[in-house]
Amino acid sequence: MNADPRDELVEHLGSMRAFAMSLTRNPALADDMVQDALVKAWSNIDSFQPGTNMRAWLFTILRNTYYSHHRKRKREVEDTEGELSAGLAQKPDHDGRLQMRDFNTAFGVLPEEQREALVLVGAGGFSYEEAAETCGVAVGTIKSRVNRGRARLVELMGMSDEEPMEVTEVVTQGIVTMNQSIA
Amino acid sequence: MSRRDQTSRVEREIDQNLKRAYEDVANQELPTRFTDLLDQLRSQDATTKGKDKTDER
Repeated sequence: MNADPRDELVEHLGSMRAFAMSLTRNPALADDMVQDALVKAWSNIDSFQPGTNMRAWLFTILRNTYYSHHRKRKREVEDTEGELSAGLAQKPDHDGRLQMRDFNTAFGVLPEEQREALVLVGAGGFSYEEAAETCGVAVGTIKSRVNRGRARLVELMGMSDEEPMEVTEVVTQGIVTMNQSIA
Repeated sequence: MSRRDQTSRVEREIDQNLKRAYEDVANQELPTRFTDLLDQLRSQDATTKGKDKTDER
């Protein structure tokens, strides 16, 4: 008897939660979405082709779930964008160091299609081709979303040429924090 | 530093931040609601399969 692909689902739940978080920016909503997607994946396991990328298949289900049930109305996103951008731009860099929190805030300002493209390619290890298939768009569209998303983050966080030290500091700080939490 | 180097450095830093935010969630301990749900789905399935077998006989 062949291995049941459903046994593999549990291994992808962590990534699914991370991807859901990047779309919803809301932990409770993200987990509801993962739960719905998991039930769908379980009952539609026959549509998964063994040997193909299960994570990409699951992410497709997850984002369909998001766009059909859990998405906030676009209006709300637009309303908060101006406020957040203004807050970031005016914030004094008092400790000379950008914080992870600021990155997350800046990331939350991006349109969702740029967020998902950035997360799939930049963090999820998806190729442009896999990301394009997952999002149901052309490869060129994904590339352009990633580029625009990066450019916007640079702009929002003031990651300019004049401040290389500060940005490097964030990464160093991040690695130190991560090592500490592991230890 | 050339313009191109600057761009790739910033990209790298953005990706590192993205990875960190992503992995923070991905590596969290899985809430029990998900393992419970999987158990539930599995046992539902077992019940259905059992019924199918009975029907076949």
